[in-house]
Amino acid sequence: MKKTSLIKQIVMFAGFGVLVAACAPKEEALKSGYDWAIPETQAMQDDDFSNPAFMWVDIGNDEWSKTDGEAGKSCADCHGADGSSMKGKSNMYPVYNKDDKKLRSIQDEVNNCRTNRMKAKAWKWESDQMLGMAAFIRTQSRDMPINVAVDGDAAPFFEAGKEFYETRRGGLDMACTHCHVDFPGVKIRANVLTNGLGNGFPTYRLKWQKIGSLHRRFRGCNKNIRAQPFKQGSDEYTNLELYLNHRAKGVMNESPSVRN
Amino acid sequence: MSTTMNKSTVIGRRQVLKGAGLGALAVVGTGLTTSEAAATPEKAAKAISKFTGGKKATAGKVTVKLPEIAENGRTVPVTVSVDSPMTDADHVKSVILVAEGNPSPEVVSFTMAPGLGKAEVSTRMRLGKTQNVVAAAVMSDGSVYSGTKQVKVTIGGCGG
Amino acid sequence: MAKKPRVKVPKSAKKGEQIQIKTLISHKMETGTRKNKKTGKLIPRMIINTFSCSFNGKELLKATLHPSVAANPYFAFYAKATESGTFDFVWTDDAGKTVSASSKMTVA
Repeated sequence: MKKTSLIKQIVMFAGFGVLVAACAPKEEALKSGYDWAIPETQAMQDDDFSNPAFMWVDIGNDEWSKTDGEAGKSCADCHGADGSSMKGKSNMYPVYNKDDKKLRSIQDEVNNCRTNRMKAKAWKWESDQMLGMAAFIRTQSRDMPINVAVDGDAAPFFEAGKEFYETRRGGLDMACTHCHVDFPGVKIRANVLTNGLGNGFPTYRLKWQKIGSLHRRFRGCNKNIRAQPFKQGSDEYTNLELYLNHRAKGVMNESPSVRN
Repeated sequence: MSTTMNKSTVIGRRQVLKGAGLGALAVVGTGLTTSEAAATPEKAAKAISKFTGGKKATAGKVTVKLPEIAENGRTVPVTVSVDSPMTDADHVKSVILVAEGNPSPEVVSFTMAPGLGKAEVSTRMRLGKTQNVVAAAVMSDGSVYSGTKQVKVTIGGCGG
Repeated sequence: MAKKPRVKVPKSAKKGEQIQIKTLISHKMETGTRKNKKTGKLIPRMIINTFSCSFNGKELLKATLHPSVAANPYFAFYAKATESGTFDFVWTDDAGKTVSASSKMTVA
Protein backbone atom coordinates (compact mmCIF):
# COMPACT_ATOMS: atom_id res chain seq x y z
CA MET A 1 0.00 0.00 0.00
CA LYS A 2 2.59 2.46 1.12
CA LYS A 3 4.84 1.58 -1.76
CA THR A 4 2.21 2.14 -4.43
CA SER A 5 1.12 5.43 -2.96
CA LEU A 6 4.71 6.56 -2.85
CA ILE A 7 5.19 5.61 -6.49
CA LYS A 8 1.94 7.37 -7.30
CA GLN A 9 3.23 10.42 -5.58
CA ILE A 10 6.49 10.31 -7.46
CA VAL A 11 4.67 9.90 -10.77
CA MET A 12 2.33 12.73 -9.88
CA PHE A 13 5.18 14.92 -8.80
CA ALA A 14 7.09 14.21 -12.00
CA GLY A 15 3.95 14.93 -13.97
CA PHE A 16 3.48 18.16 -12.12
CA GLY A 17 7.06 19.06 -12.87
CA VAL A 18 6.51 18.50 -16.58
CA LEU A 19 3.36 20.56 -16.37
CA VAL A 20 5.16 23.41 -14.67
CA ALA A 21 8.01 23.22 -17.14
CA ALA A 22 5.58 23.26 -20.05
CA CYS A 23 3.83 26.31 -18.69
CA ALA A 24 6.90 28.17 -17.62
CA PRO A 25 7.59 30.20 -20.76
CA LYS A 26 3.93 31.20 -21.03
CA GLU A 27 2.75 34.06 -18.85
CA GLU A 28 0.35 32.87 -16.20
CA ALA A 29 -1.99 35.15 -14.33
CA LEU A 30 -0.35 35.97 -11.05
CA LYS A 31 -2.05 35.32 -7.74
CA SER A 32 -3.01 37.81 -5.09
CA GLY A 33 -1.39 37.50 -1.68
CA TYR A 34 -4.89 36.63 -0.47
CA ASP A 35 -4.66 33.28 -2.22
CA TRP A 36 -1.57 32.30 -0.25
CA ALA A 37 -2.95 33.33 3.13
CA ILE A 38 -4.39 30.96 5.73
CA PRO A 39 -8.23 30.84 5.96
CA GLU A 40 -8.22 32.80 9.25
CA THR A 41 -6.38 35.71 7.63
CA GLN A 42 -8.64 35.56 4.58
CA ALA A 43 -11.69 35.65 6.88
CA MET A 44 -10.36 38.79 8.54
CA GLN A 45 -10.23 40.49 5.13
CA ASP A 46 -13.55 39.08 3.88
CA ASP A 47 -15.56 40.95 6.47
CA ASP A 48 -15.07 44.71 6.20
CA PHE A 49 -16.11 45.05 9.79
CA SER A 50 -13.58 42.65 11.23
CA ASN A 51 -10.88 44.03 8.91
CA PRO A 52 -9.00 46.46 11.18
CA ALA A 53 -7.76 48.42 8.14
CA PHE A 54 -11.21 49.97 7.93
CA MET A 55 -10.46 52.00 11.03
CA TRP A 56 -8.04 53.89 8.79
CA VAL A 57 -10.54 54.02 5.93
CA ASP A 58 -12.78 55.78 8.47
CA ILE A 59 -9.99 58.28 9.14
CA GLY A 60 -9.63 58.88 5.39
CA ASN A 61 -13.38 59.28 5.03
CA ASP A 62 -13.40 61.92 7.78
CA GLU A 63 -10.42 63.75 6.27
CA TRP A 64 -12.09 63.77 2.86
CA SER A 65 -14.65 66.34 3.92
CA LYS A 66 -12.47 68.20 6.42
CA THR A 67 -11.55 71.75 5.44
CA ASP A 68 -7.83 72.30 5.85
CA GLY A 69 -5.23 74.87 4.77
CA GLU A 70 -5.28 78.54 3.82
CA ALA A 71 -7.46 78.01 0.76
CA GLY A 72 -10.24 76.79 3.03
CA LYS A 73 -10.97 73.72 0.95
CA SER A 74 -11.60 70.06 1.51
CA CYS A 75 -11.22 67.13 -0.89
CA ALA A 76 -15.01 66.99 -1.10
CA ASP A 77 -15.19 70.57 -2.45
CA CYS A 78 -13.55 69.53 -5.71
CA HIS A 79 -14.07 65.76 -5.87
CA GLY A 80 -17.60 65.26 -4.53
CA ALA A 81 -18.99 64.40 -1.14
CA ASP A 82 -18.55 60.66 -0.96
CA GLY A 83 -15.34 59.79 -2.77
CA SER A 84 -17.11 57.84 -5.50
CA SER A 85 -15.50 60.12 -8.10
CA MET A 86 -12.31 58.19 -7.38
CA LYS A 87 -13.81 54.94 -8.64
CA GLY A 88 -11.42 53.16 -11.00
CA LYS A 89 -8.81 55.90 -10.81
CA SER A 90 -6.49 54.49 -8.19
CA ASN A 91 -5.99 51.26 -10.15
CA MET A 92 -4.15 53.30 -12.81
CA TYR A 93 -1.55 54.61 -10.35
CA PRO A 94 1.27 55.44 -10.32
CA VAL A 95 0.79 57.66 -13.41
CA TYR A 96 3.11 59.96 -15.31
CA ASN A 97 2.63 63.64 -14.46
CA LYS A 98 3.66 66.29 -16.98
CA ASP A 99 4.38 68.98 -14.38
CA ASP A 100 6.63 66.75 -12.29
CA LYS A 101 8.10 64.99 -15.36
CA LYS A 102 7.94 61.77 -13.37
CA LEU A 103 5.50 59.34 -11.80
CA ARG A 104 3.00 60.23 -9.12
CA SER A 105 1.64 57.65 -6.75
CA ILE A 106 -1.65 58.26 -4.95
CA GLN A 107 0.17 59.68 -1.96
CA ASP A 108 1.97 62.20 -4.21
CA GLU A 109 -1.36 63.17 -5.71
CA VAL A 110 -2.91 63.71 -2.29
CA ASN A 111 -0.01 65.86 -1.14
CA ASN A 112 -0.06 67.81 -4.39
CA CYS A 113 -3.70 68.67 -3.74
CA ARG A 114 -2.94 69.54 -0.14
CA THR A 115 -0.01 71.84 -0.79
CA ASN A 116 -1.02 73.42 -4.12
CA ARG A 117 -4.80 73.58 -4.02
CA MET A 118 -5.64 73.54 -0.33
CA LYS A 119 -2.51 75.42 0.77
CA ALA A 120 -2.29 72.92 3.59
CA LYS A 121 0.67 71.05 5.04
CA ALA A 122 1.77 67.91 3.27
CA TRP A 123 1.10 64.69 5.11
CA LYS A 124 3.89 62.29 5.98
CA TRP A 125 3.83 59.13 3.89
CA GLU A 126 3.25 56.74 6.78
CA SER A 127 0.99 59.00 8.87
CA ASP A 128 -2.45 57.80 9.89
CA GLN A 129 -4.06 60.52 7.76
CA MET A 130 -2.10 59.63 4.62
CA LEU A 131 -2.58 55.88 5.09
CA GLY A 132 -6.25 56.50 5.80
CA MET A 133 -6.72 58.72 2.76
CA ALA A 134 -4.81 56.34 0.47
CA ALA A 135 -6.89 53.41 1.75
CA PHE A 136 -10.12 55.41 1.39
CA ILE A 137 -9.27 56.35 -2.21
CA ARG A 138 -7.98 52.90 -3.13
CA THR A 139 -11.02 51.13 -1.73
CA GLN A 140 -13.28 53.06 -4.13
CA SER A 141 -11.78 50.89 -6.88
CA ARG A 142 -11.96 47.65 -4.98
CA ASP A 143 -12.81 44.49 -6.96
CA MET A 144 -11.73 46.23 -10.15
CA PRO A 145 -8.60 45.05 -11.98
CA ILE A 146 -5.25 46.79 -11.55
CA ASN A 147 -4.66 48.63 -14.80
CA VAL A 148 -1.56 50.77 -15.17
CA ALA A 149 -0.13 52.35 -18.31
CA VAL A 150 3.51 51.50 -18.91
CA ASP A 151 3.90 52.91 -22.42
CA GLY A 152 4.41 56.44 -23.70
CA ASP A 153 5.69 58.85 -21.10
CA ALA A 154 5.55 56.14 -18.43
CA ALA A 155 7.87 53.82 -20.39
CA PRO A 156 11.23 55.01 -19.02
CA PHE A 157 9.92 54.80 -15.45
CA PHE A 158 8.56 51.36 -16.10
CA GLU A 159 11.95 50.31 -17.44
CA ALA A 160 13.64 51.75 -14.35
CA GLY A 161 11.21 49.85 -12.13
CA LYS A 162 11.85 46.65 -14.05
CA GLU A 163 15.58 47.13 -13.71
CA PHE A 164 15.23 47.67 -9.96
CA TYR A 165 13.17 44.49 -9.75
CA GLU A 166 15.78 42.44 -11.56
CA THR A 167 18.91 43.92 -9.98
CA ARG A 168 20.77 42.03 -7.30
CA ARG A 169 21.44 44.10 -4.21
CA GLY A 170 22.37 43.93 -0.54
CA GLY A 171 24.47 41.57 1.52
CA LEU A 172 22.48 38.61 0.26
CA ASP A 173 22.94 39.76 -3.33
CA MET A 174 19.33 39.08 -4.23
CA ALA A 175 16.91 40.63 -6.69
CA CYS A 176 13.13 40.72 -6.24
CA THR A 177 12.90 38.06 -8.95
CA HIS A 178 14.79 35.49 -6.90
CA CYS A 179 11.88 35.14 -4.50
CA HIS A 180 8.81 36.44 -6.26
CA VAL A 181 9.35 35.11 -9.77
CA ASP A 182 11.43 31.99 -9.18
CA PHE A 183 9.87 30.61 -6.00
CA PRO A 184 6.30 31.73 -5.33
CA GLY A 185 4.51 29.17 -3.17
CA VAL A 186 7.78 27.93 -1.67
CA LYS A 187 8.54 28.52 1.96
CA ILE A 188 11.41 30.78 2.92
CA ARG A 189 12.01 29.61 6.47
CA ALA A 190 8.51 29.87 7.92
CA ASN A 191 6.86 32.21 5.42
CA VAL A 192 5.31 31.36 2.08
CA LEU A 193 6.73 33.38 -0.81
CA THR A 194 4.09 35.02 -2.96
CA ASN A 195 4.04 36.75 -6.32
CA GLY A 196 4.72 39.89 -4.32
CA LEU A 197 1.95 42.05 -5.74
CA GLY A 198 0.79 45.37 -4.37
CA ASN A 199 -2.91 44.90 -5.18
CA GLY A 200 -3.98 44.93 -1.54
CA PHE A 201 -2.04 47.97 -0.31
CA PRO A 202 -2.28 49.87 1.94
CA THR A 203 -2.67 46.66 3.89
CA TYR A 204 -3.28 45.76 7.50
CA ARG A 205 -0.33 43.58 8.33
CA LEU A 206 -0.66 41.21 11.26
CA LYS A 207 3.03 41.76 11.89
CA TRP A 208 2.78 45.55 11.93
CA GLN A 209 -0.49 45.40 13.89
CA LYS A 210 -1.55 48.36 11.82
CA ILE A 211 -2.04 49.52 8.27
CA GLY A 212 1.03 50.30 6.18
CA SER A 213 2.08 51.40 2.72
CA LEU A 214 3.54 49.37 -0.12
CA HIS A 215 6.74 51.40 0.15
CA ARG A 216 7.04 50.43 3.81
CA ARG A 217 6.83 46.82 2.65
CA PHE A 218 9.56 47.48 0.07
CA ARG A 219 11.76 48.80 2.86
CA GLY A 220 11.22 45.62 4.86
CA CYS A 221 12.10 43.46 1.85
CA ASN A 222 15.24 45.49 1.19
CA LYS A 223 16.33 45.30 4.81
CA ASN A 224 15.84 41.53 4.78
CA ILE A 225 18.27 41.08 1.94
CA ARG A 226 20.54 43.47 3.84
CA ALA A 227 20.31 46.22 1.29
CA GLN A 228 20.03 49.90 2.12
CA PRO A 229 16.32 50.69 1.94
CA PHE A 230 15.07 53.73 0.03
CA LYS A 231 12.68 56.29 1.44
CA GLN A 232 8.94 55.97 1.18
CA GLY A 233 7.93 58.07 -1.81
CA SER A 234 11.39 57.89 -3.41
CA ASP A 235 11.59 57.71 -7.19
CA GLU A 236 13.09 54.23 -6.90
CA TYR A 237 10.12 52.86 -4.99
CA THR A 238 7.54 54.70 -7.10
CA ASN A 239 9.04 53.22 -10.25
CA LEU A 240 9.07 49.82 -8.57
CA GLU A 241 5.41 50.30 -7.63
CA LEU A 242 4.60 50.83 -11.30
CA TYR A 243 6.45 47.67 -12.28
CA LEU A 244 4.66 45.68 -9.57
CA ASN A 245 1.31 46.99 -10.70
CA HIS A 246 2.19 46.02 -14.24
CA ARG A 247 2.84 42.50 -12.97
CA ALA A 248 -0.51 42.66 -11.19
CA LYS A 249 -2.37 43.76 -14.32
CA GLY A 250 -5.80 42.13 -14.28
CA VAL A 251 -5.54 41.11 -10.64
CA MET A 252 -8.27 42.66 -8.51
CA ASN A 253 -7.61 45.57 -6.22
CA GLU A 254 -8.28 44.36 -2.66
CA SER A 255 -7.37 47.51 -0.76
CA PRO A 256 -7.31 47.57 2.14
CA SER A 257 -6.35 43.92 2.51
CA VAL A 258 -5.12 41.89 5.47
CA ARG A 259 -1.73 40.20 5.12
CA ASN A 260 0.57 38.37 7.49
CA MET B 1 -14.37 -6.99 9.35
CA SER B 2 -13.64 -7.58 5.69
CA THR B 3 -10.59 -9.68 6.49
CA THR B 4 -11.80 -12.33 8.89
CA MET B 5 -9.24 -14.76 7.49
CA ASN B 6 -6.18 -12.91 8.62
CA LYS B 7 -7.81 -11.02 11.42
CA SER B 8 -4.99 -11.72 13.78
CA THR B 9 -2.40 -10.20 11.47
CA VAL B 10 -4.55 -7.16 10.91
CA ILE B 11 -5.08 -6.63 14.59
CA GLY B 12 -1.45 -7.27 15.19
CA ARG B 13 -0.42 -4.60 12.73
CA ARG B 14 -2.95 -2.16 14.11
CA GLN B 15 -1.73 -2.78 17.61
CA VAL B 16 1.81 -2.14 16.54
CA LEU B 17 0.80 1.06 14.80
CA LYS B 18 -1.26 2.19 17.74
CA GLY B 19 1.56 1.45 20.11
CA ALA B 20 4.04 3.29 17.95
CA GLY B 21 1.68 6.23 17.68
CA LEU B 22 1.23 6.50 21.40
CA GLY B 23 4.95 6.16 21.89
CA ALA B 24 5.57 9.02 19.51
CA LEU B 25 2.96 11.11 21.26
CA ALA B 26 4.51 10.39 24.60
CA VAL B 27 7.91 11.45 23.35
CA VAL B 28 6.49 14.67 21.95
CA GLY B 29 4.63 15.23 25.17
CA THR B 30 7.66 14.97 27.40
CA GLY B 31 9.67 17.00 24.95
CA LEU B 32 7.21 19.84 25.33
CA THR B 33 7.04 19.74 29.08
CA THR B 34 10.76 19.66 29.58
CA SER B 35 11.66 22.29 27.02
CA GLU B 36 8.89 24.67 27.97
CA ALA B 37 8.92 24.16 31.72
CA ALA B 38 11.10 27.24 31.92
CA ALA B 39 8.26 29.26 30.44
CA THR B 40 4.91 29.37 32.16
CA PRO B 41 2.67 26.27 32.06
CA GLU B 42 2.81 26.26 35.88
CA LYS B 43 2.10 29.96 36.00
CA ALA B 44 -0.77 29.39 33.60
CA ALA B 45 -2.19 26.70 35.87
CA LYS B 46 -1.79 29.06 38.81
CA ALA B 47 -3.58 31.86 36.97
CA ILE B 48 -6.49 29.54 36.23
CA SER B 49 -6.57 28.28 39.80
CA LYS B 50 -6.63 31.86 41.07
CA PHE B 51 -9.47 32.66 38.72
CA THR B 52 -11.56 29.64 39.73
CA GLY B 53 -10.89 30.09 43.42
CA GLY B 54 -8.80 26.95 43.61
CA LYS B 55 -11.41 24.72 42.05
CA LYS B 56 -9.97 22.14 39.64
CA ALA B 57 -11.23 22.13 36.09
CA THR B 58 -12.75 19.11 34.39
CA ALA B 59 -11.73 18.76 30.77
CA GLY B 60 -14.68 19.33 28.45
CA LYS B 61 -17.46 21.73 27.46
CA VAL B 62 -14.92 24.41 26.57
CA THR B 63 -13.56 24.77 23.04
CA VAL B 64 -10.66 26.97 22.02
CA LYS B 65 -10.52 27.63 18.29
CA LEU B 66 -7.19 28.77 16.84
CA PRO B 67 -5.43 28.33 13.51
CA GLU B 68 -3.31 25.15 13.31
CA ILE B 69 -0.37 27.32 12.34
CA ALA B 70 -0.58 31.04 13.01
CA GLU B 71 0.83 33.15 10.19
CA ASN B 72 2.09 35.74 12.61
CA GLY B 73 2.12 35.50 16.38
CA ARG B 74 1.34 39.19 16.77
CA THR B 75 -2.28 38.88 15.68
CA VAL B 76 -3.92 35.48 16.03
CA PRO B 77 -7.71 35.11 15.84
CA VAL B 78 -9.11 33.04 18.71
CA THR B 79 -12.61 31.93 19.61
CA VAL B 80 -13.65 30.50 22.97
CA SER B 81 -16.99 28.77 23.25
CA VAL B 82 -18.61 26.97 26.15
CA ASP B 83 -21.36 24.42 25.82
CA SER B 84 -24.10 25.95 27.98
CA PRO B 85 -27.83 26.73 27.60
CA MET B 86 -27.16 30.23 29.02
CA THR B 87 -30.39 30.34 31.03
CA ASP B 88 -30.83 32.07 34.38
CA ALA B 89 -30.61 28.67 36.07
CA ASP B 90 -27.73 27.26 34.08
CA HIS B 91 -25.13 29.50 32.48
CA VAL B 92 -21.47 30.39 32.23
CA LYS B 93 -20.45 32.96 34.82
CA SER B 94 -16.91 33.63 33.74
CA VAL B 95 -14.20 32.49 31.37
CA ILE B 96 -10.43 32.94 31.44
CA LEU B 97 -8.08 32.48 28.52
CA VAL B 98 -4.42 31.79 29.25
CA ALA B 99 -1.38 31.24 27.05
CA GLU B 100 1.17 28.84 28.52
CA GLY B 101 4.17 30.20 26.66
CA ASN B 102 3.66 33.95 26.81
CA PRO B 103 5.62 36.22 29.17
CA SER B 104 2.54 36.46 31.37
CA PRO B 105 -0.12 33.78 31.01
CA GLU B 106 -3.37 35.78 31.30
CA VAL B 107 -4.74 36.88 27.95
CA VAL B 108 -8.29 37.94 28.68
CA SER B 109 -11.10 37.02 31.04
CA PHE B 110 -14.83 37.49 30.67
CA THR B 111 -17.77 37.90 32.97
CA MET B 112 -20.86 36.64 31.21
CA ALA B 113 -24.59 37.14 31.72
CA PRO B 114 -27.30 34.72 30.58
CA GLY B 115 -28.57 37.48 28.27
CA LEU B 116 -25.79 36.60 25.84
CA GLY B 117 -27.79 33.51 24.91
CA LYS B 118 -24.64 31.84 23.64
CA ALA B 119 -21.31 31.59 25.44
CA GLU B 120 -18.95 32.32 22.58
CA VAL B 121 -16.47 35.19 22.23
CA SER B 122 -13.94 35.85 19.49
CA THR B 123 -10.93 38.11 19.81
CA ARG B 124 -7.32 38.35 18.61
CA MET B 125 -4.32 37.48 20.71
CA ARG B 126 -0.55 37.60 20.75
CA LEU B 127 1.49 34.42 20.87
CA GLY B 128 5.21 34.47 21.60
CA LYS B 129 5.85 30.95 20.34
CA THR B 130 4.28 27.55 19.69
CA GLN B 131 2.30 26.71 22.80
CA ASN B 132 -0.92 25.55 24.41
CA VAL B 133 -3.76 28.00 24.89
CA VAL B 134 -6.14 27.03 27.68
CA ALA B 135 -9.60 28.35 28.49
CA ALA B 136 -11.43 27.63 31.73
CA ALA B 137 -15.09 28.38 32.42
CA VAL B 138 -16.80 28.78 35.78
CA MET B 139 -20.46 27.71 35.54
CA SER B 140 -23.39 29.06 37.54
CA ASP B 141 -23.43 25.89 39.68
CA GLY B 142 -19.78 26.45 40.59
CA SER B 143 -18.36 23.68 38.44
CA VAL B 144 -15.28 24.43 36.33
CA TYR B 145 -14.52 23.12 32.85
CA SER B 146 -11.57 23.67 30.57
CA GLY B 147 -10.37 23.16 27.02
CA THR B 148 -6.94 23.35 25.42
CA LYS B 149 -5.64 23.96 21.93
CA GLN B 150 -2.10 23.82 20.73
CA VAL B 151 -1.10 26.45 18.20
CA LYS B 152 2.07 26.51 16.17
CA VAL B 153 3.59 29.90 15.70
CA THR B 154 5.96 30.43 12.82
CA ILE B 155 8.91 32.58 13.62
CA GLY B 156 11.30 33.85 11.05
CA GLY B 157 11.14 34.07 7.33
CA CYS B 158 11.10 37.18 5.26
CA GLY B 159 8.40 39.06 7.10
CA GLY B 160 10.01 42.37 6.18
CA MET C 1 -6.99 56.00 22.25
CA ALA C 2 -9.11 56.20 19.12
CA LYS C 3 -11.93 58.66 18.96
CA LYS C 4 -14.22 56.37 17.06
CA PRO C 5 -14.61 52.71 17.92
CA ARG C 6 -16.38 50.50 15.39
CA VAL C 7 -19.49 48.74 16.63
CA LYS C 8 -21.77 46.45 14.65
CA VAL C 9 -25.20 45.63 16.04
CA PRO C 10 -28.24 44.73 13.91
CA LYS C 11 -30.79 47.58 13.79
CA SER C 12 -33.66 45.19 14.27
CA ALA C 13 -34.19 41.62 15.38
CA LYS C 14 -36.96 39.16 16.09
CA LYS C 15 -37.77 38.34 19.67
CA GLY C 16 -35.66 35.40 20.80
CA GLU C 17 -33.23 35.78 17.91
CA GLN C 18 -29.55 35.22 18.58
CA ILE C 19 -27.77 38.30 17.29
CA GLN C 20 -24.05 38.85 16.79
CA ILE C 21 -22.21 41.93 18.00
CA LYS C 22 -18.78 42.98 16.77
CA THR C 23 -16.57 45.70 18.16
CA LEU C 24 -13.21 47.05 17.13
CA ILE C 25 -11.16 49.87 18.61
CA SER C 26 -7.84 51.30 17.56
CA HIS C 27 -5.20 50.92 20.27
CA LYS C 28 -1.50 49.98 20.29
CA MET C 29 -1.83 47.74 23.35
CA GLU C 30 1.70 48.58 24.49
CA THR C 31 2.83 45.57 26.52
CA GLY C 32 5.29 47.31 28.84
CA THR C 33 8.01 44.79 27.95
CA ARG C 34 9.22 46.45 24.76
CA LYS C 35 12.27 48.65 24.72
CA ASN C 36 12.74 51.87 22.82
CA LYS C 37 15.32 50.92 20.18
CA LYS C 38 17.14 54.24 20.44
CA THR C 39 17.23 54.86 24.18
CA GLY C 40 17.10 51.27 25.42
CA LYS C 41 14.47 52.28 27.95
CA LEU C 42 11.35 50.25 28.58
CA ILE C 43 8.24 51.67 26.95
CA PRO C 44 5.65 51.88 29.73
CA ARG C 45 2.64 49.61 29.56
CA MET C 46 -0.46 51.22 28.10
CA ILE C 47 -3.31 48.93 27.22
CA ILE C 48 -7.07 48.91 27.20
CA ASN C 49 -7.67 46.88 30.35
CA THR C 50 -11.46 46.71 30.40
CA PHE C 51 -14.24 46.43 27.87
CA SER C 52 -17.88 46.08 28.71
CA CYS C 53 -21.17 45.75 26.90
CA SER C 54 -24.52 46.31 28.57
CA PHE C 55 -28.06 46.26 27.30
CA ASN C 56 -30.61 48.64 28.79
CA GLY C 57 -28.25 49.24 31.69
CA LYS C 58 -27.66 45.57 32.46
CA GLU C 59 -24.19 44.20 31.93
CA LEU C 60 -23.99 41.39 29.37
CA LEU C 61 -20.27 40.94 28.94
CA LYS C 62 -17.25 42.34 30.69
CA ALA C 63 -13.74 41.65 29.52
CA THR C 64 -10.52 42.15 31.45
CA LEU C 65 -7.68 42.51 28.98
CA HIS C 66 -3.98 41.78 29.45
CA PRO C 67 -1.01 42.68 27.23
CA SER C 68 -1.44 39.39 25.32
CA VAL C 69 -4.48 40.81 23.56
CA ALA C 70 -3.41 41.96 20.09
CA ALA C 71 -3.32 45.63 19.09
CA ASN C 72 -6.64 47.13 18.02
CA PRO C 73 -8.78 44.91 20.28
CA TYR C 74 -11.59 43.11 18.51
CA PHE C 75 -14.48 41.32 20.17
CA ALA C 76 -17.28 39.38 18.55
CA PHE C 77 -19.98 37.84 20.71
CA TYR C 78 -23.70 37.07 20.86
CA ALA C 79 -26.79 38.40 22.58
CA LYS C 80 -30.34 37.16 22.73
CA ALA C 81 -32.89 39.70 21.47
CA THR C 82 -35.58 40.07 24.11
CA GLU C 83 -36.80 43.66 23.88
CA SER C 84 -36.00 46.90 22.09
CA GLY C 85 -33.27 48.93 23.67
CA THR C 86 -29.74 50.26 23.65
CA PHE C 87 -26.40 48.53 23.80
CA ASP C 88 -23.70 50.52 25.57
CA PHE C 89 -20.03 49.79 25.05
CA VAL C 90 -17.20 51.15 27.18
CA TRP C 91 -13.43 50.76 26.79
CA THR C 92 -11.06 51.85 29.57
CA ASP C 93 -7.29 52.14 29.30
CA ASP C 94 -4.44 52.12 31.86
CA ALA C 95 -4.55 55.92 32.10
CA GLY C 96 -8.19 55.69 33.15
CA LYS C 97 -9.40 57.19 29.90
CA THR C 98 -12.68 55.83 28.62
CA VAL C 99 -14.26 55.70 25.20
CA SER C 100 -17.86 54.73 24.78
CA ALA C 101 -20.31 53.94 22.04
CA SER C 102 -23.94 52.97 21.94
CA SER C 103 -26.22 51.32 19.46
CA LYS C 104 -30.00 50.95 19.34
CA MET C 105 -31.86 47.82 18.36
CA THR C 106 -35.58 47.37 17.73
CA VAL C 107 -37.07 44.02 18.63
CA ALA C 108 -40.33 43.05 16.96
